[in-house]
Amino acid sequence: MERLRSLLRPVTSVPLARHVLVALIALVVAMAVIGSSSQYLQTRYAEMAYFAIAAGGLTLLTGLSGQLSLGHGALMAVGAYAATLVLERAGGETLADVFLALLTAIAVCAVVGVVVGVPAARLHGPYIAGATLTLAVAVPRLANQWEALGGEQGLQVPVPRASELPAWIQDLIWFFTAVEIDQYSFLAYLGWLLLAITFVALANLSRSRVGRRWRAVRDDDVSAELAGIHLGRARVVAFTVSAMCAGLAGGLMAMNVRLTAPGAFTITLSLTLLAAVVLGGLGSLTGALIGAGVLAFLPHFATDLGESLGFSATQAAEVTPVVYGLVLMLVILLAPAGIVGSLRPLLARISSRTSSLGATKEKTP
Amino acid sequence: MQQFLDTTLGGLVLGAVYAAFALALCLIWRSTRIVNFAQAAMAMVTTYIALSLINADVPYWVAFVAALAAGFGLGALIERVIIRPVEGKAELNAVILTLGLFMVLHGLTAITFGVQHRGFPAPVSTNAIEVGDTSIGITPFGILSIVVVAVVMAGLVVLFRFTDLGLRMRASAFNGEVSRLLGVRVGRMLTLGWALAAAVGAVAGMLIAGGDLVNPSFMDPFVIYGFIAAVLGGLDSPLGSVIGGLILGLSLSYVTGYVGEHLAPLVALGILMVVLLVRPSGLFAAAAARRV
Repeated sequence: MERLRSLLRPVTSVPLARHVLVALIALVVAMAVIGSSSQYLQTRYAEMAYFAIAAGGLTLLTGLSGQLSLGHGALMAVGAYAATLVLERAGGETLADVFLALLTAIAVCAVVGVVVGVPAARLHGPYIAGATLTLAVAVPRLANQWEALGGEQGLQVPVPRASELPAWIQDLIWFFTAVEIDQYSFLAYLGWLLLAITFVALANLSRSRVGRRWRAVRDDDVSAELAGIHLGRARVVAFTVSAMCAGLAGGLMAMNVRLTAPGAFTITLSLTLLAAVVLGGLGSLTGALIGAGVLAFLPHFATDLGESLGFSATQAAEVTPVVYGLVLMLVILLAPAGIVGSLRPLLARISSRTSSLGATKEKTP
Repeated sequence: MQQFLDTTLGGLVLGAVYAAFALALCLIWRSTRIVNFAQAAMAMVTTYIALSLINADVPYWVAFVAALAAGFGLGALIERVIIRPVEGKAELNAVILTLGLFMVLHGLTAITFGVQHRGFPAPVSTNAIEVGDTSIGITPFGILSIVVVAVVMAGLVVLFRFTDLGLRMRASAFNGEVSRLLGVRVGRMLTLGWALAAAVGAVAGMLIAGGDLVNPSFMDPFVIYGFIAAVLGGLDSPLGSVIGGLILGLSLSYVTGYVGEHLAPLVALGILMVVLLVRPSGLFAAAAARRV
């Protein structure tokens, strides 16, 4: 045991190695779960993956750098439209097209992130909330203005075909799960792979000098500036990183939904993402993952609940936003630290109790 | 020329409604330093209450007063039950809380009244007034809207300037601690501030809905337009809110009339950013210092 621990020490003591290890284990588990799931569940897992990527970016921005963004729905729209346009031009059936589209979505959102982040860096509290909320309303409506963006009906998104994938990927998936890859499981695998990569990058960033700067800016901007941190630059970097996550999420969302239309990117989408990160606990990537799980699976249960209460289908669909709204209000009123933040002191108490017990045992004999 | 006149008159009517909405936000900001992002949803609820009354053959003006009273009660209730715990806490908490309230009210209305569009009557004609042979771009209902907003504003001025109650409300907003020492029931004044604001919001809701279709989302744009109008005027100044509302109404009317309807929110965002970056305290507020 001691030997194993000493062997693992280089892995557990270096953050990057630790994050990669955790991500790899999580990825293998996720692949196994996805491979053995029904098509419906695979779609939900894919949805959870892109919500988690967007929520991860948002929780980094709000929890670490202290800026609230209600505009992430709009940034997802930008990513979705960028990816859709690339997929349309390129044909969109091979793996290379898919990655080209996603990289374009990230790049475009990085530019938008800088453009929005520079003025947003000077705003605080209700002002940044109002400004980003306006962004959430304004951007999706641009699609109605220009013909190339497909108007109200939106654009069809070509879906990558599983049979066009390189043979070694098909073999690999078959080897691990004993199930042939199809387009639904492909999107779920792709989503979770990108989710793992994104979360490793974000976790590393938050442990790095950049993340420490963000925390300093969030906790006390005057002290941070006195310590030589450029406030504006730190905030713009945070906003840009967050926007890139939203872009990637938007691109994945376009492939999953297979239709990119302004109606999908409402204020409710932005507020829903906020509900996910507030529920999980601001600043926590685990919390973002939990919140994204709720986003992907709750609508089904909420709609069922609504229908069992005797609501019509359209009424039952409205139960979900009510639950999100209640979640936002209750978390702020009762447990402002969210799920992960509320559990953390509890876990710390348990672990400190066991270690102190161990210490007393050693003393007594 | 004709189009310019029509767009301007349309913009003035729109601006009057934005002004009422901004005024409601301003009242709440002055008393509790909170921007109420649920304002539009609260006004939507009261408008639906009025609509149900009208559908039950209650006269329009009775329903109008009922909407006002419902707004008053809703505002007081929300302040006492939901907002009180976060007053004076981190500003992010209040923002998230009112956004949650927005979603809850929105969803509950959709469940109760359905999501379909419904016609909302107007007390006077909503056809353009004709002078000689040409119709000009304002309707009797538009004129009524401007008059109603003006009356509401005058009422608020009288309340705050000339009554003892208004003085107490101003005192609690200015310095709660000292007012409490002087025997003002500050908590009640804050509740009253929210109640009044919600009633003003209810008026705005009735004016927006009149002669138009309503569904649970019909007030959504006003979440942002009311906020922008209020920020334009400096959140703290009631007069500023009104002028901010008129400026925004005119600008958006010109954009919609001459450039394209779908660009209006983007232009509104542009106006907001320019104001926040050039004159963060708004066009009409006394300059105040904030650290960093």
